[in-house]
Amino acid sequence: MKEKLVLIGNGMAGMRALEELFKHNTSADKGSDLYDITVIGAEPHPNYNRIMLSPVLAGEQTINDIILNSPEWYADNNIELVTGDPASEISRISKTVITESGRDFHYDRLLIATGSTPFIIPVPGADKEGVLGFRDIHDVQTMVKASREYKKAVVIGGGLLGLEAANGLMKQGMDVTVVHLLDSLMERQLDKPASALLKASLETRGMKFLMEASTAEIVGDKRVSSVRFADGSEVEADLVVMAVGIRPDIELAQKAGIHCQRGIVVNDTMQTFDPLIYAVGECVQHRNECYGLVAPLFEQAKVAANHLAQVGSTRYIGSMTSTKLKVTGIDLFSAGEFNEEEGDEVLQMQDVASGVYKKLVIKDNVIKGAVMFGDTMDGTWYFSLMRDATNIADFRRTILFGQHDLGDAGHGEASAVMSLPDDAEICGCNGVSKGDIVQAISKNGIFTLDEVRAHTKASSSCGSCTGLVESILASTVGEGYDATPSKKAVCACTDCSHDEVIDAIKGHELKTMDAVRDFLEWKTPDGCAACRPALNYYLLARWPEEYKDDAQSRFINERAHGNIQKDGTYSVVPRMFGGLVKPNELRAIADVCDKFEVPEMKVTGGQRIDMFGIKKEDLPAMWKDLSDAGFVSGHAYGKAMRTVKTCAGKTWCRFGTQNSTGLGVKLEELTWGSYMQHKFKLAVSGCPRNCAEATIKDFGVVCVDSGYELHIGGNGGIKVRVTDLLCKVETEEEVLEYCAAFTQKYREEAHYLERTAPWVERVGLTYIKECILEDEAERKALAERFKISQKVAQVDPWKERAEGQASHEFTQLKIAG
Amino acid sequence: MNMNALKEEVTGGNDMSDWTEIVALDEIPQLGSRVIATDTMNIAVFRTASDEVFAMKDECPHKKGPLSQGIVHGTSVTCPLHNWKIDLASGEAMGPDEGCTNVFPAKVENGTVFIAF
Repeated sequence: MKEKLVLIGNGMAGMRALEELFKHNTSADKGSDLYDITVIGAEPHPNYNRIMLSPVLAGEQTINDIILNSPEWYADNNIELVTGDPASEISRISKTVITESGRDFHYDRLLIATGSTPFIIPVPGADKEGVLGFRDIHDVQTMVKASREYKKAVVIGGGLLGLEAANGLMKQGMDVTVVHLLDSLMERQLDKPASALLKASLETRGMKFLMEASTAEIVGDKRVSSVRFADGSEVEADLVVMAVGIRPDIELAQKAGIHCQRGIVVNDTMQTFDPLIYAVGECVQHRNECYGLVAPLFEQAKVAANHLAQVGSTRYIGSMTSTKLKVTGIDLFSAGEFNEEEGDEVLQMQDVASGVYKKLVIKDNVIKGAVMFGDTMDGTWYFSLMRDATNIADFRRTILFGQHDLGDAGHGEASAVMSLPDDAEICGCNGVSKGDIVQAISKNGIFTLDEVRAHTKASSSCGSCTGLVESILASTVGEGYDATPSKKAVCACTDCSHDEVIDAIKGHELKTMDAVRDFLEWKTPDGCAACRPALNYYLLARWPEEYKDDAQSRFINERAHGNIQKDGTYSVVPRMFGGLVKPNELRAIADVCDKFEVPEMKVTGGQRIDMFGIKKEDLPAMWKDLSDAGFVSGHAYGKAMRTVKTCAGKTWCRFGTQNSTGLGVKLEELTWGSYMQHKFKLAVSGCPRNCAEATIKDFGVVCVDSGYELHIGGNGGIKVRVTDLLCKVETEEEVLEYCAAFTQKYREEAHYLERTAPWVERVGLTYIKECILEDEAERKALAERFKISQKVAQVDPWKERAEGQASHEFTQLKIAG
Repeated sequence: MNMNALKEEVTGGNDMSDWTEIVALDEIPQLGSRVIATDTMNIAVFRTASDEVFAMKDECPHKKGPLSQGIVHGTSVTCPLHNWKIDLASGEAMGPDEGCTNVFPAKVENGTVFIAF
């Protein structure tokens, strides 16, 4: 017998909670396997995207465009839906909810998501015809109707909602005056210069403003005819929209004796003082905060759903929010504490002629707040830096120029997605256009990057278009889009982040995958294709001598020790230390190619030879021949140390300052066989001409006359990133020690599938310098741990398999007949 | 049509005599697979953590990737080429993806895997 769950409020927060609850359903039926659900809504509509009411008012979208859950969806998920009949009473003694029409519904658990109501200023005449708030579809319909019959509109309130309403009414052809009590618009989101730019920009579009005007009375007979102010002045009006604020709708809860202050008071699991009753959304007050933006509501919904599904391991700990104004053509972004206080520093950029203003408020090299006008491309980046409390010391000189100035030569200007045509290709890997993404977002009611990936495949392969997809998401769904969840889970199997997994493995000495999944309360018995390789790697990196590598948790390339190609054959790349090779080795490779009829060979960018088109069954025999000739695996298929690229060096080159090939061989002998979070490449250039391209490698050495410059965190792939200079050392022994220490630091701390370039940007060069340069003991300990790990790792997997290990992987089963 | 006739129609007439012995269960790694080469196609046979076995055409409905080479989790496999998730029991793509690959009845008896083609 299922328990009965009643949801009061058919809006975004409540419905999101139900959707989250359904994700925990383990049965074959749709909906919930734990509850029979009834939803009671006051409005006569199914759930719609309230934040998109502004574009509907502006005529840019229709009501149908913003419906999130169709009536069929409720039926499919076995939800009893009551619309147009608001709940009027909660009886906690009989555990029933009674509606206005007198129907009653019993509950075992109750979820209140009544949202908020617009605040109507209590001035004389506020109840006249033509005076309304801006909250629901009905309000929008009333405004659109009024715009056809009347001409003059007054919007009281120059905040986010008021300006969106004013813009919409103007688009509907009305003459609009915005009345604001204070001297600057959107004072809760903007500082004065940004506010002035916004006002000027709106004025050129025809919007009028009355600043520092205190409304005293709404004048008119039956319908409003003008608004009178405290100073006695008057402005004509046929329509008055009050957008001065919202109030959590707590009336029902208060009547039922549930503890309320400004909102319904809830704990970290979104329960009210009556533990059978939960509340989420704009109606709640959590740790003394009420939220009016969508992103926090979704976080709350997830926590409430987890608790209702009895997998209550998560808590809601509050949200940081950011704001974007949904007025087409005006780019504005604000987050955090953007008015500086004593002790704060301010970075500011202003270009009045092109209407661009950016300001960051910083304390101790951490962003506290941001305001941007005219160019908001990097808003989500600043916001994530702020939320993660990233130390920006390393790039504060260029931070105002944006993320693409950080060595990302990938897309740069193309990030202005708003202006792109619908057929512009966004995801080059999967051929997904901007139009495809926008359509998928509106059709499926999508709010997260993961959902866009699942539905369109955009950004799901190489990930270089992730920023573009996020911008499209942000501009399509408005501020409902949560750019940077406060915590990013490893995958859908867990709520834990990569860092929490790494810390738990280390701190609690977890040494098997089952132990990790048990301890961290994994939701699936054996994980998925995303978390298993990550856990396997973390355990291997932390307990190299104890943990037994799990072949079934490795991607096929690492399980078969070759690169799977699109036709299911494999490629084979033997290691050539430092790119050096001898005639007898080349002969052996030629013989192998003849013997196994290799259809194509290629010299790789990492100075070795790739043999393509090898059948899986032939791999062990081929490896035996290569092994007999002295070759080991090149790990060209793995999240592992790949190659050390070298230039000719001083043995031959007239410019060479050091023996770069010799050092390259030593580095490769040190590091080969090591598994990493991602591929890892080295290079040694014999002089600053840098022919080995060492400054776009994970670890690069540039030889100079007096020693060796060590460079880290470079990347020649999707996003080209030039290395940061770590330090200069004098001897080859030091190069090897610093290399081992840096490699081990990365191996122990970066997230799985995170290359050194984003890792260095995330943790900061300063931090890496502290660990490796300034702390000699730690450097030596890291290098020592790397060597211990290498003792286990430097076993050639090809030789083992040539000798028969894991033979089931390479032999097909035959059946008679 | 009576139930037996219906069953014949659906399963292509498989009864006990049509089960083909394939391999000892131990020869397939847990959360892993083996490939059976037949004249017409390759068939992947999977073993889950709880020792259930499933068999299907070794071809992802998306771009024909060899599903046998994917990572097995629960009762599904993730294709190694583009990460489509396929349900082992039905052969259907999971999540928003759409497509289906042929499945064959499979069972374990006395530690031996049988498939009905």
